[in-house]
Order: sequence, then structure tokens, then C-alpha cells
Amino acid sequence: MGRLVVSDLQMHYKTRKGNVRAVDKVSFTLEPGRALGVVGESGCGKSSLGLTLLRLLPKNGEVVGGSIRLGDQELLQLTDEEFRKNVRWTKMSMVFQGAMNALNPVLTVGSQIAEAIVAHEQTSKKEAAARARQLLEMVGINPDRYHHYPHQFSGGMKQRAVIAMALACNPQIVIADEPTTALDVMVQAQVLKAMADLRERLGLSMILVSHDLSVVAQTCDDVAVMYAGRIVEYGPVEEVFTNPLHPYTQGLTQAFPDIDAERAPIVSIPGTPPNLINPPAGCRFHPRCPLADEACRRIDPELAEKGRAGHKVACLKVSDDGQAAEVKFA
Amino acid sequence: MNQQNDVLLEVRGLVKHFPLRRSLKQVLQGQRPAVRAVDGVDFFVRRGEIFGLVGESGSGKTTTGRTLLRLDEPTAGQIIFDGQDIARLDAEGMRKLRRRMQIVFQDPYDSMNPNMDVFSIVAEPLRIQGLDKDPEEVERRVVQALEDVELTPAEEYMYRYPKELSGGQRQRIAIARALVLEPDFIVADEPVSMLDVSIRGEILKILMRLVKERGLSLLFITHDLALARHFCDRVAVMYLGQIVEYSDSNSLVKRPHHPYTQALMRAVLSTDPRRKHIYTGLKGEIPNPANPPSGCRLHPRCPLATDLCKQQAPELTEHAPGHWAACHHVERSLAQLAEQRREAAGSAG
Repeated sequence: MGRLVVSDLQMHYKTRKGNVRAVDKVSFTLEPGRALGVVGESGCGKSSLGLTLLRLLPKNGEVVGGSIRLGDQELLQLTDEEFRKNVRWTKMSMVFQGAMNALNPVLTVGSQIAEAIVAHEQTSKKEAAARARQLLEMVGINPDRYHHYPHQFSGGMKQRAVIAMALACNPQIVIADEPTTALDVMVQAQVLKAMADLRERLGLSMILVSHDLSVVAQTCDDVAVMYAGRIVEYGPVEEVFTNPLHPYTQGLTQAFPDIDAERAPIVSIPGTPPNLINPPAGCRFHPRCPLADEACRRIDPELAEKGRAGHKVACLKVSDDGQAAEVKFA
Repeated sequence: MNQQNDVLLEVRGLVKHFPLRRSLKQVLQGQRPAVRAVDGVDFFVRRGEIFGLVGESGSGKTTTGRTLLRLDEPTAGQIIFDGQDIARLDAEGMRKLRRRMQIVFQDPYDSMNPNMDVFSIVAEPLRIQGLDKDPEEVERRVVQALEDVELTPAEEYMYRYPKELSGGQRQRIAIARALVLEPDFIVADEPVSMLDVSIRGEILKILMRLVKERGLSLLFITHDLALARHFCDRVAVMYLGQIVEYSDSNSLVKRPHHPYTQALMRAVLSTDPRRKHIYTGLKGEIPNPANPPSGCRLHPRCPLATDLCKQQAPELTEHAPGHWAACHHVERSLAQLAEQRREAAGSAG
């Protein structure tokens, strides 16, 4: 098992209007067994990051710089064929939002999982079927339901079956993009619990992309907050969510009301993420930031460790010892 | 009664069944199978109030909202709007009443004609109501509605098409379309669940301002109990076509009486990573509403269920002023709540 080291990763979508810089010099390290949450609004590049790591980009998406190393292998140097054979599913696999709807309705759930195993490994059908049963059991589904069709499963069970499928070839890393977003709260809890148990049992690493801070707070060790294609804050999830330094992170945490808190007005961050063809100069958040001044419009802040160990932030207004002004969004 | 004046909408014994295809056996036996989407619902909405209807998928919350405007015809029950039973109105009467009752749907992408510009979309209700005789008046009202949802200057948006707008802007157009008739009552069915947090906040603030400034009443349908807690004055929790509990939103989250409400609350994930807890307590998932359990509908999943719960459906009863719950075992349920809270406090300390 190796660590995943992403450095200065840049991915652009080529469009007629220009290049959309969806992932712009993103760097992070995912240690074996850890779970990294990636949060931010739509259009901040968090889903594009996952697609880039798995080489599932649409035709106009292109990696234009940086490196993705898994263990001692540089993944960007592999051909598509090598990547498909040796990395996707077997080392890194994925679960998407609404993936449950991608199950083939005319095949049994179990056979679809077994098929994924046979397609990637030299195993007999019988062995693959036995593994598929085991996998179903691991995600809390009675293995006797191997022969059932997707329509006989509830939404939560289908999503868990898809997770079982992602684990079919014993990957080290699972990238989950909004894996529970379309599910009801109780079903969401069941799916997240299944994922957490699996992670512990199998020592999996995970990258969980979500707009929902509570999902990341409950399931991840570290968090990367993305804004306009960049990571603007990074660190252990307890540290970042309880002591957010970047004004954007402060806004996000305020915008998610806790059910146990006293009734309070709903908070929002005015404005929307910028167009990434021509992002704002200086700090990309400055047009929406209540603290922005002349320097913020000019200087592009670097992601740097400030204050406590491991807590990185890209903001000129945060002092080197991690002191940040409290920003109140209304 | 003084309170009567205060109430804009009252729903009594509302039922909406969707008939299913019958098998030959069912035809011969005279059975009429149906999805019992809404199965005996009572509540009222005050003037100038935000009333939340909370539940999981399949709880009947959306059908309840649609039935109130007779987008689905109620199977039984009364819907009394400002003293008038609208369940009995004919088509013409209903068309007139829709001036006062409007709906905003979850998906702003699906609910507008892509070939119409913003002006035509927002003006359409005026046209349907025959209020489009004076073009200047139409324009005045469309501009006003767009300004109400903070799409200013309105002229900048009026001649654009839905595809040229962001999700948040489209949802504002949907609200403007509901506002253009100056209604007293709006059903908002998950109006923000497809939107990003920051945009979500802006839409909610617009709705809140309209309620405060205009004295509008809002029926806010959501799956998100945490949001309902902060946004709504009162909240009703639905399970399998019935209301299991309702009260003012503070009392509901501070002292949930019904085991289902308690479970729903515990399943809401905390945004505080120091309180790590994923609750998966209630067994299984919502049963099929075509064939709901006997007695209390929660009983197959409820940790407190007894034989009584299997046999007899509990009635909604007032347990504290304005706080109603339908459970045979409210005392045990509250004891369970106290126990859970002690445990939670213990593990946090």
C-alpha cells in the first residue's frame, strides 16, 4: 500500500470560450487508511478533481501539469490502457452520486458484482460469485439477495451494492463523489456507517467529495476546502471545522445550521463562485470576501501552514501564527 | 373564536389514495388496492406563518402539498382556505382561488418552459387569470415580482431564457412566478434542496422577508429537519401518509415526543467533528404505502412497540400546549429521550 501524492495538479476543460481551469495547482497527500473530505460549492472543482484522479474526464478535459503518484508510480505517465488495466478498480475505484441508478435492471445485483471481478482478475466465475456474496454481506446486505434484481432493492441497498461493487477488486483507495446525496437521512446514515466499517476493516483510504459539511465531519480525518479550482484550506477535520481560518470556510460552516443550536437566521455567502475561464486576479475569493482589501485584489495567496500543525490556509488576512479575523456572514 | 381569524388554511381528515391496477383475484374479491400516500392528515396554517412539513421520501409530504392546491384531487377530507372548503370547488372556482394559492417546485429546471423568456414565464399566471388586458400593468407586476426576488434591475433578466440563468436565478424566477398574483399562501416543495448552501441561504432569506413583509403564509415541505428547525415557526413530521407529531419548531427539537421524530433527529449528522456519531437506529426502511402496517405504522420499526401498537392506531394528542404527538407510549418515549441525552452528554464529556 502506498500513499497518494498529488502535486500541483492542473486540469483544464477546453471550450470555445477558452480554458476552464477547473483544477488549478492542487496538492495534497493521502496516507494509507486515511479519509480525506473535499468540500466546496458546485463549480469549485471538487468533482473534477475526482474525475482527474480516475482519468474519467470528458473529451475536452486535459491534465496540463503536475503529478499524481501512487506509491512509487507516477500515474500520469501510464497510457490509458495501462491505467485501465492496472489502476482503475484494482487500486483506485469510485462511487458516484446516484450510482445506484447505473445498475443494469435486467441483471441480478450479485452477477453484476461478480462480472466486475471477472473483468479485472483471473478468477473463475464460481470464485467471483463467492466473493460477490462476501462483498454484499460486508455492506450489510443478506448474501441470499445475490439473485435479486435492482428493482427489488431499496435505494439505500442499491447504493450499498454499488459500494460493494467498487470494492470488488480490493482497491486501496475509493473515491466517493456525493455518495449519499440523493438518500434520505436514515438511509444516508446506514450507507455512511457501512462505508466507515469497511474502511476500518479493510484499511481503505478514501476521498469523499461532498457539498455537505456534516457528512465530511462525521466520516473523514482530513478535509480540503476547494474554491475556484484551488484548495484554500486544508487540515485535520476537527481543526478546520472548529477553527476555520479562511473566510470562505467560515462562511461554509456558518451556512450549515446545527440541529441542536438555538433557532437562528439562515446564513449565506453572497455571490457565486467565479467563472474559471477568467478567474479574478489576486485571491479568487476577494469579490465575495468581507475582509478583502487592495492587497487581496493583487496578490494570489499561497496555501501555507499557519498556526497549528497540519493546518494550511491560503489567505493574506491570516497571520503566520494562525490568527484570523472572525467573519460573520448574515 | 378569536383564533379562527388567525388561521388561513385548515386541513381535516385529508386522504389521497392512488389506485393501483387490480389483479383478477382482487376484482373478484372486491378489493381496491391503492397507494395510501396521504391517509388522514389534520393541520392548520396561520396567517404570516411558516409551517414545515418534514418527512422522508414516501412519507406523503409532497402529495399533501399538491392536494392542497388540488393539483392532485383529494380522495377525502376538507381543505378550508379562509373559510371556504376548496375540496368542493368546481374548476372555475378553483381557478379563481389559485390567485391566492401558489406553489414553488423543487426543480427549477423542470418547472419552466425553456422556450419562454423570463418575462413570459412570470407573466403567465396573469394571462391564465385573465389579468393581462393592460400591458403596462402586466409589465409593472412582472418587474415588481422580479424585484421582490432580488433580480435587479429586472430589465436585465426579463428577456433572458431559463438556460441562460443559474440554478439559483431560476429558482428565483419560479418564486417570482408564484408571487406575481400576490397570493396569501405559497406551498414551497423542497425549494432549496437542489441548490448550493450559499444560494440556498439567499433563497430562504427572500422567502423569509416576503413572509414578514407581506404576511404571506408558507407551507414549507422538506426532508431536512435541521433546516426546518431554523426556518419554520411550526413543524409537522410525517410518516407513511400520517402526521406523527407537530409543535412549534423549538419544542419539537428540544423535546421530540414521538419515537420516529427522535430517530429522525438523531439521524441528522452533526457538523461538529468532535461529536462523531452516525445513528442507524430504526430497523429497516419505510414500508410500502400500498400496504401499511396495522395499528401504529411505525410499530415494526419502533423499539418501544407493544401489542397495543400492533392493534390500535394512536391518535394525535396534545401532550404540552401546542405540542401534539400520536404515540401510545409517550412517557416511555420521553424517558428514552432523556436516557439518550444523558448518554450523549456523558460521551461528549
